[in-house]
Amino acid sequence: MPNMRMDKNPMPVQDPEVRIHNVDEVATGYTAEMAIDEAKRCLSCKHKPCVAGCPVNIHIPEFIARVAEGDFEGAYEIISLTSSLPAICGRVCPQESQCEARCVRGIKGEPVSIGRLERFVADYMREKGETPAVKAEPNGHKVAVVGAGPAGLTAAGDLAKLGYEVTVFEALHTPGGVLMYGIPEFRLPKAIVAHEIDKLKDLGVEFVTNFVVGRASTIDEMMDDGYEAVFVGSGAGLPNFMNLPGEALNGVYSANEFLTRYNLMKAYDENSSTPIQHPTKTVVVGGGNVAMDAARCARRLGSEVHVVYRRSLEELPARKEEVEHAMEEGIIFDLLNNPVAVLGDENGHIKAVECIKMELGEPDESGRRRPVPVEGSNFIIDADCMIMAIGTSPNPLIRQTTPGLDVNRRGCLIVDENEMTTKDGVYAGGDAVTGAATVISAMGAGKKAAAAMHEYLSSKE
Amino acid sequence: MFEITEKRILNPTVEEITVYAPNAAAKAKAGQFIILRTDEDGERIPFTIASADPEKGTVSVIYQIVGAGTRKLSALKQGDSLHDFAGPLGKPSEIEGENVVIIGGGVGCAIAWPTAKAFKQAGKNVTSIVGFRNKDLVILEDEFKDTSDAFYLMSDDGSAGQKGLVTAKLEELIQNGQKIDRVIAIGPLIMMKFVCELTKKYNIPTIVSMNPIMIDGTGMCGGCRLVVDGKMQFACVDGPDFDGHKVDFDAAMKRNRQYLDFEKHKYEEACNLLNKEVDA
Ligand SMILES: Cc1cc2nc3c(=O)[nH]c(=O)nc-3n(C[C@H](O)[C@H](O)[C@H](O)COP(=O)(O)OP(=O)(O)OC[C@H]3O[C@@H](n4cnc5c(N)ncnc54)[C@H](O)[C@@H]3O)c2cc1C
Ligand SMILES: Cc1cc2nc3c(=O)[nH]c(=O)nc-3n(C[C@H](O)[C@H](O)[C@H](O)COP(=O)(O)OP(=O)(O)OC[C@H]3O[C@@H](n4cnc5c(N)ncnc54)[C@H](O)[C@@H]3O)c2cc1C
Ligand code: SF4
Ligand code: SF4
Ligand code: FES
Ligand SMILES: [Mg+2]
Repeated sequence: MPNMRMDKNPMPVQDPEVRIHNVDEVATGYTAEMAIDEAKRCLSCKHKPCVAGCPVNIHIPEFIARVAEGDFEGAYEIISLTSSLPAICGRVCPQESQCEARCVRGIKGEPVSIGRLERFVADYMREKGETPAVKAEPNGHKVAVVGAGPAGLTAAGDLAKLGYEVTVFEALHTPGGVLMYGIPEFRLPKAIVAHEIDKLKDLGVEFVTNFVVGRASTIDEMMDDGYEAVFVGSGAGLPNFMNLPGEALNGVYSANEFLTRYNLMKAYDENSSTPIQHPTKTVVVGGGNVAMDAARCARRLGSEVHVVYRRSLEELPARKEEVEHAMEEGIIFDLLNNPVAVLGDENGHIKAVECIKMELGEPDESGRRRPVPVEGSNFIIDADCMIMAIGTSPNPLIRQTTPGLDVNRRGCLIVDENEMTTKDGVYAGGDAVTGAATVISAMGAGKKAAAAMHEYLSSKE
Repeated sequence: MFEITEKRILNPTVEEITVYAPNAAAKAKAGQFIILRTDEDGERIPFTIASADPEKGTVSVIYQIVGAGTRKLSALKQGDSLHDFAGPLGKPSEIEGENVVIIGGGVGCAIAWPTAKAFKQAGKNVTSIVGFRNKDLVILEDEFKDTSDAFYLMSDDGSAGQKGLVTAKLEELIQNGQKIDRVIAIGPLIMMKFVCELTKKYNIPTIVSMNPIMIDGTGMCGGCRLVVDGKMQFACVDGPDFDGHKVDFDAAMKRNRQYLDFEKHKYEEACNLLNKEVDA
């Protein structure tokens, strides 16, 4: 008999007053009892609408049925058929617009908490100590992966399991991509990412860090060196700015810089040698996950934080849970506002942001109502820090150094339905192809590309 | 890990290390840089490639000890290893112009010298003007002499070479009618600014090497942004070389002082820590 309670089992969280003084994970995770109880809310629908909402089509009712029986290992096996990073996706997927958006339990009441169950299962297995992966029989072929974000890591894992000798080339000193330098510890503990990377090493994947493809070696040179196919998962790391007057002032950061200092370079730790400003009042511009993360990091550095976003609450693109957590942490949302200038003091440091009020006009091509400035409504917010979180684009280095690699108008690599680029033997996926998107879609693209690369290399023999 | 295969003390605050880093050595060109970290929690420190030996797989950098990061680096000896060494990064310098004047100021000479060498190797006529505060700070004098057709050493107090600023020597050469197709200026921002003001007057194309505060060095953080010709540029990927007549130096100078208080504090901490280690 299913559990017909209307709402999800709530996620245990750290108290907001406490957590703004630490970087420990905000959501602490279900216990086994909570997970089993929540799993029993699933109706095992025959037509499985939830599965179609998941970009990698995890066999959702099947794994949840195992959880309901207390067979967590069995649940993990089912998830692993289609997903490589469940501990991560269970934490960071925008479930409310994906799997859970389609769940029939959500019609009246709340959907089944698919993401939390996925996270529980993955955490359970990690804590229990999975049996180490066994290296596949080598098939004698060498492939390269550019970028160690979720797309690259997934492609590397799948290729290694097929027996390929895989080398991942990563520009930074640590693999993980946005999972390491962008998404903060309190939302995705770095130990979990490191664990996934260790699993790949067990599979025989080789990591070369500090290696910027395009400078240290081009893709053509890598292919001359014997890599028979290359997967490009270089992400979309180039920060956009608004070209406002005063944007070059000190105290104005791109979200990437602020988050890199805070996360990757551990500036939250007093002993870290990486400087970061400890602002008193911060304006974060934008409304996505990146804006929420930057706002919450600034909050943890002791700042009052205002999120300035040009549309209204309904259009905020961030995960619902992050917005709720941000609000609980005392972050102030100044909606329907847009910055027009940054004002500085005599030392070249920001002292205020000039904004203009916006109203929603006719819908634009995205279907959302277009924000239009209200003439003459300019006003000033005092601030000693401003963080621009208005999107990123693919870094141009790879396309500039790889003849034959075509990109679209936005600088994204063009691929066919098999994730093959316009250059023979070169595949791509993740944010480098789609522009800034999600972890799960990057992971899905890595999986698809790995399968296509295997087919390509097998047919060449 | 990247082993320090050689270490050379150039003056009380300037040192050269040669590091085994075959990937970087294979591709390094004049004007490019590397980013290193001494240890697992270290800062990412950018340095210009002073020379590279693809055969031995080594890269040399010359650095001045200015703060906590460089002090920790200086505590390492030959045979020790660096935790990270990424490169080459940035665009190589354009080796253009038949008659060039290369101006180096202070530790900027460490960056200017490989450029002078590259021009010389390309068969160009190279005049070098290098300036230091006093004779104790002079570095790379012999190296510059080897790679220059004419060499002028300047010091603020006259204790080495001629007394005066590099800009005075440059103006003298211009007024004496020396043919100059291009000036390359590398040193403190204030020096580059004045060189550019001078060469603008005489309409001589001038390239400067910009060294703003960087973290990733791959175009991901935007921390190294500069205003060039009114537009935003990222020094780590669009540079570090730029048309000096288009750079907003005043904005750049303010940005370089961003973390001064923090850096001072960390420097004192590093001194205390390292002194303790020395005592023990
Ligand atoms: C702050 C922040 C929060 C986010 N929150 C969420 C969230 O809650 N949920 C969600 O689903 N998504 C979120 N996203 C988006 C998600 O992280 C990305 O869509 C995803 O990481 C893309 O994966 P990727 O593998 O394509 O690229 P990335 O994760 O960007 O990894 C690319 C890697 O390639 C490396 N690289 C780049 N160029 C080179 C080169 N030339 N040579 C070698 N290496 C190179 C980079 O250093 C990087 O490590 C967030 C993004 C950010 C920035
Ligand atoms: C492309 C590039 C090439 C460079 N080449 C050389 C070189 O060949 N030799 C040399 O001696 N120095 C070079 N520098 C400068 C060198 O990186 C800094 O002196 C060093 O980072 C100082 O670190 P610190 O912790 O010892 O000092 P700190 O006390 O932390 O800083 C002292 C000053 O150094 C600058 N600085 C600090 N951190 C950084 C950073 N992450 N990036 C850039 N500048 C910073 C700031 O102006 C700061 O006020 C270069 C910088 C760049 C960007
Ligand atoms: S991977 Fe994401 S979308 Fe798919 S089931 Fe899990 S939480 Fe839902
Ligand atoms: S739609 Fe909801 S209730 Fe139905 S199978 Fe999927 S998770 Fe279970
Ligand atoms: S150092 Fe980060 S973009 Fe240049
Ligand atoms: Mg420092």
